[in-house]
Amino acid sequence: MRLYLGVDLGSTTSKAVLVDDHERVVGRGITNTRSNYDVAVEVARRDAMTDARLALALRDLGGDAAAIAEAFWVTIDLHRLEALRQICRETARAVPGEGPRLAPAVDMILARLVEEAGQLFSAQARSRGSFFRDIVGARFHAAAEDANARGGFDFERVLGVYDRAILEAENQLLEVSFGEVFTAAVERALLAGDRREAALAAGEAAAAAELDVAGFVGTGYGRARLPFPRDCIRSEILCHGLGAHAMLPRTRTVLDIGGQDTKAIQIDDNGLVTSFQMNDRCAAGCGRYLGYIADELSLGLHELGPLALTARRPARITSTCTVFAGTEIRDLLSVGEKREDVLAGLHRAIVTRAMSLLARSGGVSEELTFTGGVARNPAAVAALRDMVEAHYGARTINVHHDSIYTGALGAALFATRGVPAADLPDGKECTGCSA
Amino acid sequence: MIEKEASMEAQKELLAGYFARLARARDEQRPVVYTFVPGNLVELLAAFDVAPVYPEVNALQSAMRQRSGGFIREAERAGHSEDVCSYVKCDLGMMMKGNVGPTGERIPPPDLLLLSFTGCFTFMKWFELLRDQYDCEVAMLHVPYVGDGVITEAMRAYVVEQLRREVIPKLERVTGKRLDLDHLRGLLARSRRAEEDLAWVFRSARRRPSPIDAYFGGVYYIGPIFTSFRGSEDACRYYATLRGEVEARLAAGLGPTTPDGPLGDERFRLVLEGPPNWTSFRDFWKIFYDEGAVAVASTYTQVGGTYERGFRHDPAQPLESLADYCLSCYTNLPLPQRSRILADMVAEYEADGFVIHSVKSCNSFSAGQLHMLREVEQLTGIPGGFIESDLVDARYYGHANIKNRIESYLQMLGARRAGARDGANRRPS
Repeated sequence: MRLYLGVDLGSTTSKAVLVDDHERVVGRGITNTRSNYDVAVEVARRDAMTDARLALALRDLGGDAAAIAEAFWVTIDLHRLEALRQICRETARAVPGEGPRLAPAVDMILARLVEEAGQLFSAQARSRGSFFRDIVGARFHAAAEDANARGGFDFERVLGVYDRAILEAENQLLEVSFGEVFTAAVERALLAGDRREAALAAGEAAAAAELDVAGFVGTGYGRARLPFPRDCIRSEILCHGLGAHAMLPRTRTVLDIGGQDTKAIQIDDNGLVTSFQMNDRCAAGCGRYLGYIADELSLGLHELGPLALTARRPARITSTCTVFAGTEIRDLLSVGEKREDVLAGLHRAIVTRAMSLLARSGGVSEELTFTGGVARNPAAVAALRDMVEAHYGARTINVHHDSIYTGALGAALFATRGVPAADLPDGKECTGCSA
Repeated sequence: MIEKEASMEAQKELLAGYFARLARARDEQRPVVYTFVPGNLVELLAAFDVAPVYPEVNALQSAMRQRSGGFIREAERAGHSEDVCSYVKCDLGMMMKGNVGPTGERIPPPDLLLLSFTGCFTFMKWFELLRDQYDCEVAMLHVPYVGDGVITEAMRAYVVEQLRREVIPKLERVTGKRLDLDHLRGLLARSRRAEEDLAWVFRSARRRPSPIDAYFGGVYYIGPIFTSFRGSEDACRYYATLRGEVEARLAAGLGPTTPDGPLGDERFRLVLEGPPNWTSFRDFWKIFYDEGAVAVASTYTQVGGTYERGFRHDPAQPLESLADYCLSCYTNLPLPQRSRILADMVAEYEADGFVIHSVKSCNSFSAGQLHMLREVEQLTGIPGGFIESDLVDARYYGHANIKNRIESYLQMLGARRAGARDGANRRPS
């Protein structure tokens, strides 16, 4: 099977999408972007390849496919958890004078996480946008607090061991065999008889299938760090335009609010960018701003939007500067404003800034597609709908359920097209960057 | 390092000589006049043998030597807001730190502040601050705004009258000399010679590949003629040398010279609007030439004379010619005319696109540029690029952001070109 890979190395998440010769999406991978960009990209790429192979395996398994898929990814995370557990043991043992006491304490907590793996790494947990690091970290802290409350537990030192170990663990690549994981998943899904045999046979065939990556294109905030040839790197602006068009072909305006920047993009009926505007060096009004606010309020990022939607009287926030907005929040809360009203005001402030960029780029056409991490925030989407209608009248505002993959999809689609000879510095035809 | 050509060496010597002469001005009893580049009356100053000082040139030269940040901080410590033009703060900071110029030589205080262009309101306030500091004579030439894009007889007469009644008498008083009109005519004739050669150099960019970069290379080309050398034999020699070099590059089919050597492949032809960033000038330029993008025309290289558009000093009408020079300053033109100039440049130079660099410090340039962007897009049918930074304040230059925008813009032009080539930008399957 010939595939084309698009990688979007964002400041918060790294995404990979594989498409086939017919530009159909066959695999996707996503992970948190970590200090080591190369590892983040490789994790996303491997997950996309695994996802493509898994899709092949599940193609004819009908009603059992969902259960096997769920069990498959839980199994993968169990492998990750086991690797983390091993590193934790070694890290704890290496603490001078404390090793023998710390190692069992850390191991006890991780053993509990292994027992809870099915629930911990469920599709539902993943749908909240959490990654292995977030899920395990939150649960480890809770379990450690619990143990600490019961006494006789060196809380700070145990967390110190974990913090060092998770850094090492997430910068290690997981070496597992697709066939073995798939088999374990079939067992985990408790299939029996013919259904079990059919699933195992499908897994074996998928494991043996040849997946040939015939071309790739990288994009995103960190694209310059990608280990790709220069001609296989594309601006995320172009990739988001093409990706949004592929997902929703009537799109003519794209608003992308990512971790570090906001982009307003106009595209033509081929998905090609005709105009764009983006914020300058200040990250005000971007995803990072929301992350900062979530920290200020001790909330999870995914909790901000739903809470803001419950507001009765949105507060007026005058600053979109990340730092000053934090100050303003504290001021408003101190004079009795409700948290949800303040949050609603913040979401409006973000969208107000985006509206300015949209106007600068040429306005909002009949159909706008909202992409980037902030598009997953329902309060931001609601504020955008309101303001677009107020400024431009009735418009279709799309938020695709896979919008986080928009840039990577655009990159994969560019990969299917190669690079026209005239656009290459040396004037030679690009045959697809398979190197 | 830039591959040095004879004109580059000549310019370096001109500049070093200028600052050295300036440092000796007091000893040689030459009065010193501070003035600004847009609408400068350097031939008139040369006719009185005074030494001109251009504060904004000092600021940009300081920035290119990475010294502007310290000067700006000094001015801000003295109470000047972060929002004040960074040229102003760089100059004031330099003054506060002993007025040592970019080459390390002390710049003498002014005997006269000559404000010969009022299109920039900041210039007036800048000189108010300098007047307060130096307590010297001030001559102000009020230059009417050319709101309809046409210089009228009344405007010209108004400026000439001020030259006769205000500027020339003050120069005579400061220098103790009478104006020798024939001497002025001789200077203007030499200006014209140099202007012809410079205009030819800029027009050479109509050829493919362009032998010059009319923005990043262009700012070097305009150095002598926009400042103190117009009207001098030195300037005539410099521009004749430059023209010879460009003629040779044209004959050999070579592209412009960049800091990393000659540009091999001209992939994009661009028109640039707005001044460059000076604190990261080389890095800023590299973003473009790394992508094979060449500026074939620019508006910034017209702030000290719209030579490429046809302006020439005229020795037969010396004062009227100086008046026209002040009036036709690029930033004294209305937005529709500036848009038209940009659109004409795109057509005349067969540009693939245009980029507007909006600088925080300069309202004369930046106000209305987003409107111009849309207007030029409509006039040309070509999308424009838009980037933002500042003149000499490094805090406002975000390299990664600018690089991202320029690369995205050029890729967008590339995709459009590919789309035009095969209809729907689809590779035949």
